[in-house]
Amino acid sequence: MFRFIIRRLLITIPTILVVISITWVLIKLAPGNFYSGEKRLPAAIEKSIREKYGLDKPWYQQYGKTMWNIVRHLDFGTSLRFEGQSVNTIIRRSLPVSAAIGILAYLLALIVGVTIGSIAALKQNSRWDYTSMALAMLGISVPNFVLGPILVLIFSLSLYWLPPSRWGGFPSRNLILPVLTLSAIYMAYIARLTRAGMLEVLRSDYIRTARAKGLSEKDVLIKHALRGGLMPVISYTGPALAFLLTGTVVVERIFALPGLGNYFIQASLNRDEPLIIGIVAFISITLLFMNLLVDIAYAYLDPRVRYH
Amino acid sequence: MVAETLLAIRDLKVHFKLGGDRVVKAVDGVTIDILRGETLGLVGESGCGKSTLGRAVLRLTEPTSGQVFYRDRDLAHLSGKQLREQRRHLQIIFQDPYASLNPRMTVGQIVGEPLETFRLARGREVEQRVQELLETVGLSKRFTKRYPHEFSGGQRQRIGIARALAVDPDFIVADEPISALDVSIQAQIMNLLEKLRREKNLTYLFISHDLRAIRHVSDRVAVMYLGKLVEIADAKTIYQEPLMPYTKALISAVPVPDPRIEATRQRIMLEGDVPSPINPPAGCPFHTRCPYAIDVCKEVVPQLVEIKPAHFAACVRISPKMPHIEDVPPGAAPGLE
Repeated sequence: MFRFIIRRLLITIPTILVVISITWVLIKLAPGNFYSGEKRLPAAIEKSIREKYGLDKPWYQQYGKTMWNIVRHLDFGTSLRFEGQSVNTIIRRSLPVSAAIGILAYLLALIVGVTIGSIAALKQNSRWDYTSMALAMLGISVPNFVLGPILVLIFSLSLYWLPPSRWGGFPSRNLILPVLTLSAIYMAYIARLTRAGMLEVLRSDYIRTARAKGLSEKDVLIKHALRGGLMPVISYTGPALAFLLTGTVVVERIFALPGLGNYFIQASLNRDEPLIIGIVAFISITLLFMNLLVDIAYAYLDPRVRYH
Repeated sequence: MVAETLLAIRDLKVHFKLGGDRVVKAVDGVTIDILRGETLGLVGESGCGKSTLGRAVLRLTEPTSGQVFYRDRDLAHLSGKQLREQRRHLQIIFQDPYASLNPRMTVGQIVGEPLETFRLARGREVEQRVQELLETVGLSKRFTKRYPHEFSGGQRQRIGIARALAVDPDFIVADEPISALDVSIQAQIMNLLEKLRREKNLTYLFISHDLRAIRHVSDRVAVMYLGKLVEIADAKTIYQEPLMPYTKALISAVPVPDPRIEATRQRIMLEGDVPSPINPPAGCPFHTRCPYAIDVCKEVVPQLVEIKPAHFAACVRISPKMPHIEDVPPGAAPGLE
């Protein structure tokens, strides 16, 4: 197990370098520059800018310098648009905002989704089952850029209960609407995954064995069924949590939150090369790490899965 | 043997509703006494309802109606909590040793869980008791930390038996405990069950479609066909002198381990398949395939009658006075008189 983890971590490093390289190439291929605007800059100014940022050098030198700084110093450079701020500083500042909302949203989705999904599975084909699964379908279908403004309209602009936007620190009432908006789709998806997983497990023979042992229905569910029934939810949690942690573009935009997602979209629009690469690298690392965690959780929860 | 009734099953029915008006009558009015200390063999073709009967007795499948009396209590109508308490005394060994053990629990947890549920042992005692149980069923006591997938089918079935024994039950339903195993392992498991019965004074309901296994382990045998019991007798008697035509056909299908006798063995070949339990035939369920069927068999549902002492059969064409169907005049139904 230990060796498995070490090996997986070692594979992570080249994977991330490949991701960074592809990102770098894509940025270079895209037309335009961080300094290009509606009006064309005078040739002399453009030349001096290109010299200042090393854009006049051949591509392999630019690529080599970028990669070397990343590999050697974990330094992604300085943002081209937010002048004087290093990419690392921006990530460090905006990550807590995204992570707070993401983790809260996923926790909420997990608690509500697993509960609803389990009940739906236990009462399969009942009115409860149909209602909750229809709601879940709705939750999956309604995009969050529709749900967010609707919630704002109801709870902020009509009822005046909650602030409509902006970051208010942690914890604060400002968190409620973005967390709700963000968690809806995950909640719905987890409810469906839980229901499907639980239905499969509840049919299996060893659940009958558990009943024959004299266990109460509660113990049958918690000790025997959930561990197997939640496996699909666990494999979903890895990528889902990675994306939630690293910020969600739409929700951060709607609620004007200074999270990673918001910076990511601005960086892309501004062609802010170092910032784009930094955020992409950070998202990849988080994703790979979350997937590793999921695999470890799998081995822990299902002894038949062994890693050599 | 003192014939004390341990479990009295009365008119037990298990009907499964399908869509519309269709109902599967998996178990349809079974009445039988299981005596303390005996092994009652329950035999029948696939789909005749024998496993459902075994589960319904323990309420692992909800019976539709009827009673199951154990120590003057009707198990079929106990509440959830009272029923769970009775599970200490009534256990089951399942058919499939691969699916019936939770793959995410160690052997120690699987066998030890009932001990903790009924507070039969605590802390270290659990561990110790589990090791004893494993040795009782012929496994090494070092296996407690291992998972089910690390064992062979026969070993898994032994784990299932140890789990059933953990609560020190009176009665065990052995639901096809050997049918998923290799032939070489089947004998081992049967001998183990037999040894445990003697040592622990157990009573078994041994369900199988394997007639040789049933003969080997049973004191009495009950034959089931389409949800109904059609013949009950001593194991020896039923193999030597079956009365009901279905049992006759069934017994005639058992090969004899002597080539000379085997060569001359007369088999009664049954025509057609078992009718669907969704629309079972009216009258005697067996009349569609019975070589002795007459018109009245299509109308009258035969009841189990004590044709000979302690030998019950459900067939209108035989009676205590005329027990052998071959001797009954054509067209006569002495059982109706």
